[in-house]
Amino acid sequence: MKRRDFLRALALTGLATTVEPGKAFDMLIQTGENAAGNAYDMVAVMGGEPEVMFRSAIKAMGGMSKFVKKGYKVAIKPNIGWDKTPEMAGNTNPKLVKEVIKQCFDAGAKEVVVFDHTCDDWRKCYKNSGIEEAAKEAGAKVLPAHEESYYRTISLPNALNLKTAKVHEAILDSDVWINIPILKNHGGAKMTISMKNLMGIVWNRGYFHANNLQQCIADISTLSKRPVLNVVDAYRVMKSNGPRGKSASDVVLAKGLFVSQDMVAVDTAAVKFFSQITDMRLEDVAHIANASKLKVGNMNLDKMKIKRIKL
Amino acid sequence: MLRKIRIAIALIMLSLLSFYFIDFAGIAPVETKLLTKIQLVPALLALNIGAIIILLLLTFLFGRVYCSVICPLGIWQDVAEFISGLFKRKRKYKFLPTRNLLRYGILGAVTLAFFLGFTFLLSLLEPYSIFGRIASNIFRPLYQEGNNLLTTILGWFNNYKLYMVEITIRSIFSFIIAGISLLIISFMGYRYGRLYCNTICPVGSLLGFLSKYSLFKVRIDKNKCNSCGVCATKCKASCINSKDHQVDYSRCVTCFNCLESCKKDAISYDWSLKTAANEKGPNSGRRSFMAVTGAGLITIPLAKAKNTAALLNGKKAFKRKQPLSPPGSVSAEHLLSHCTACHLCVSRCPSHVLKPAFTEYGLGGIMQPMMSFEEGFCNYDCTVCSQTCPNGAILPLTKEEKHLTQTGRVVFTLENCIVYSYDTDCGACSEHCPTQAVTMKPYKDGLTIPTVDPDICVGCGGCEYVCPAEPFKAINVEGNAVQLEAKPIKEEKEKDIKVEDFGF
Ligand code: SF4
Ligand code: SF4
Repeated sequence: MKRRDFLRALALTGLATTVEPGKAFDMLIQTGENAAGNAYDMVAVMGGEPEVMFRSAIKAMGGMSKFVKKGYKVAIKPNIGWDKTPEMAGNTNPKLVKEVIKQCFDAGAKEVVVFDHTCDDWRKCYKNSGIEEAAKEAGAKVLPAHEESYYRTISLPNALNLKTAKVHEAILDSDVWINIPILKNHGGAKMTISMKNLMGIVWNRGYFHANNLQQCIADISTLSKRPVLNVVDAYRVMKSNGPRGKSASDVVLAKGLFVSQDMVAVDTAAVKFFSQITDMRLEDVAHIANASKLKVGNMNLDKMKIKRIKL
Repeated sequence: MLRKIRIAIALIMLSLLSFYFIDFAGIAPVETKLLTKIQLVPALLALNIGAIIILLLLTFLFGRVYCSVICPLGIWQDVAEFISGLFKRKRKYKFLPTRNLLRYGILGAVTLAFFLGFTFLLSLLEPYSIFGRIASNIFRPLYQEGNNLLTTILGWFNNYKLYMVEITIRSIFSFIIAGISLLIISFMGYRYGRLYCNTICPVGSLLGFLSKYSLFKVRIDKNKCNSCGVCATKCKASCINSKDHQVDYSRCVTCFNCLESCKKDAISYDWSLKTAANEKGPNSGRRSFMAVTGAGLITIPLAKAKNTAALLNGKKAFKRKQPLSPPGSVSAEHLLSHCTACHLCVSRCPSHVLKPAFTEYGLGGIMQPMMSFEEGFCNYDCTVCSQTCPNGAILPLTKEEKHLTQTGRVVFTLENCIVYSYDTDCGACSEHCPTQAVTMKPYKDGLTIPTVDPDICVGCGGCEYVCPAEPFKAINVEGNAVQLEAKPIKEEKEKDIKVEDFGF
């Protein structure tokens, strides 16, 4: 690289360094705040466009600024696993992703990054899902995640099978991160929702499949740096042939959205929502019960404060 | 002036073509493909009549301009020659007698072998393919290395404009062949100018034969010439016999170096027929350069390590009987009779599923592209290789056609499957299957296990690539010798489902 280009690159990216918060601080952000000040444990919305539903959900949750503070570096993990257009409901709805990013910036985020460890060719997934474009429009950076060098090993002391995992540095280097899965049917895991979405922050997914998938999904959900928010996109729902989907007939326009800090709870709710479309027993989605056993969250929705909004 | 124009065009040509080969990010404009289609052997194999006519006309009009500005390997030798000029103060060529026996012998042998179905010889000696292999096996990894270095540096500054790429050598054999070709060709260019083009290259021989009759030629005006011989020392084709004022047109690659060298203005490039008397080519040659080609032919005995260990606990290894040829290649036979192993498809395949074969297709098919699922699988919607092949070895497919092209058929081995051996959920295969030729059917205790429908399978290998079962995959794809039409995906009727409530 020429000296001039080098300097230009410096100028463009800006040299302002990130103040990395320590581990203890992390814990505080990720879990502490919720228990104390939240009006609701979960907000469920139905009947609007993705961005509209999110706006009312986050308002009910107390506003984005409760989760994202000024100057934060935020990582966002939608599902961008497949080379599919938004209509096919293989990936998170780009409009929703865009709205979440916008609100992060409105809340004062310094930087927002978006990534997923995709199943199909990552460039095609990023592009055809519409997420790359939407994210960039909202001012976020879209990071690659297709090489092992982007991942760092963390240990999962509370896990049963998956004792360590290589997790994408965007998650590890963020102040907070937001999980935006799409709700869909899944041949192996039965359902993919919040916790299954965490497979995309990990490098070696094959290990999951080979070592009791349902347990490994629960295991990765025990990571100490939990998402501050889980926003389940159930606007379009792939009811069958998931996670890839065969044709448009797999997709149902359900217009739902669920937000919670508790992955187990929001996944439980989502399965119940889903089972109105096609049969799906909560027991068969074994990673949810497995995670609840590992104290990742709460399956008992009756004990929770849930706000239901119909638009 | 002519020389400068030649150099300019040649450099543009070489850069564009090289970039087309090494461009892993798909940023080269699609039009670049045109440059591969006007290469002679690809045009012949694809029966690309337009390109063939243009090339023949070009040669009949202007001589071997193909060799000076179109053929990337020719230009590459000029680059090597130029570099040698930087080191040695004065590079002096001298007239060499032709080696017609050798040249036309090779041309004949290559043609004969090709029609007998042994394409390997053509692949090995044909310049465009040699260059293609050099570019994809050697230049490309270098380019990627550079990219990764830059990405790392930018990464320090939180710039993610670039991204890392995995650098893989898809076939050691092809890599070695490409390396040897690069060394030999560059060395020959460095030391002997266009010796390769005039002794070995079958395309050079063919065009050389034609260019004896071309209209525009480098002509020596006997009346002006004082036989100083400067022109001959500049001629990298070693084809100027200044004593007899003769140029061997079958070897002249129209580099125009001689034009500028002549102080007497005795050499010109024109169409006048007045010096026709001089146009008798010198006689045939003597020494054999076969040894050089022999070097390229070395074969490496590759002992394949077999995993015999875990056969014990009832696991079964899968042995592919027929390799999967790229979608659109019609059949292994069609591929073998059209492909010269330039590796453009291998290079441009975004999914890293194409790889040069070793002996999977038999000896005649060495280095030809096949699908292999170690590093990737064939993207359902991708048609890059079929759109990119200049030879017509892989015919262009639309996305819809590709969706119905069955390159191979899925085979499931229950004994190896994770669900069967460990009683846990897996389903990675079905997850990846674009056609749902693998679906998960109820098994026991709420578990599901794969069931396959080979008729709708397209042979993309998604399932094989992703299956985590060890040491043997539980799901594999067997190649089709002739590509079949997959049954279209059954569209289920769209049910009008309304979700009215939260359900919790
Ligand atoms: S069964 Fe395997 S090879 Fe066949 S289409 Fe599905 S994933 Fe591809
Ligand atoms: S990916 Fe392999 S192990 Fe897993 S269900 Fe499919 S065939 Fe079985």
